[in-house]
Amino acid sequence: MKSASAMMAASGNHENWIPLIDTAAREVFELMLSSQLTLPTDSQEKPLDVTAMVGLAGQLCGVLSVRCTGKAAAMMASKMLGMDLDKVGPEISDALGEVCNMIAGNFKNKVSGLSEGCMLSPPTVVTGSDYSLHSMSDSPGLEVRLLFEGMPLNISLQIHS
Amino acid sequence: MAIRALIIDDSSVMRKIVERSLRQAGIDLSEVFQAGNGAEALGVLKESVVDLILCDINMPVMDGLEFIKQLPGVENAKNVPVVMITTEGSEAHVVQALSCGARGYIRKPFTPEQVKEHVIPVLAGKS
Repeated sequence: MKSASAMMAASGNHENWIPLIDTAAREVFELMLSSQLTLPTDSQEKPLDVTAMVGLAGQLCGVLSVRCTGKAAAMMASKMLGMDLDKVGPEISDALGEVCNMIAGNFKNKVSGLSEGCMLSPPTVVTGSDYSLHSMSDSPGLEVRLLFEGMPLNISLQIHS
Repeated sequence: MAIRALIIDDSSVMRKIVERSLRQAGIDLSEVFQAGNGAEALGVLKESVVDLILCDINMPVMDGLEFIKQLPGVENAKNVPVVMITTEGSEAHVVQALSCGARGYIRKPFTPEQVKEHVIPVLAGKS
């Protein structure tokens, strides 16, 4: 028998998850990076050239992705590790992947019934912006746009029920 | 008293964050060992003695739950306390980890204060 969450995932009624994604992201940045995410005041057109993705499988199937600029990803690594910005290097992808992983985990822990019935994949990080992502999603994705230290941070959840 | 800790996580960034959080929590670390998964950690424990293990759950090769199931078979480590640090936050995961032998459970994201709150009682043998 499907749980309420699984039925909600199947029904395509996910708009009420947007505040949960927003809260999950804000908590990760506050606790792990001591940084307050803010709302963008206008639509920024900067190319977001680093993408971290974590797959969800089980009661909810989909992909949660975090996109930002390379500078923002470097800043995340710097803050997470307490290192100078110019000293971070190979840690950048690992740090962004962990941020994505924690947002995905924190989000699913906020959805009743989803915490136990949904597994997370290890994170994957893609650099570069010249690519198209073709998801098997059968519903429109959910997107949260925020600013990290004044730099755009887009979090999206593509759901495949 | 200075302690020797083993930190197990497939993310090297997270291993560094856990180490820094332990130090920020006022825990005196004389030595820190690291492993990227449970199998690597078992290898470390065959050659090294530690006083505390902090372990993620979701890892490739051997996950954290399988690792703590195998820990009683390691002579050097059968009584070493294990604290899980993981994104898996469900009650079922907590119960499963504790029933496998974990002595503490910290959910990611976490603060150094939360690390202190969970690790100090474990080191004091109160958990």
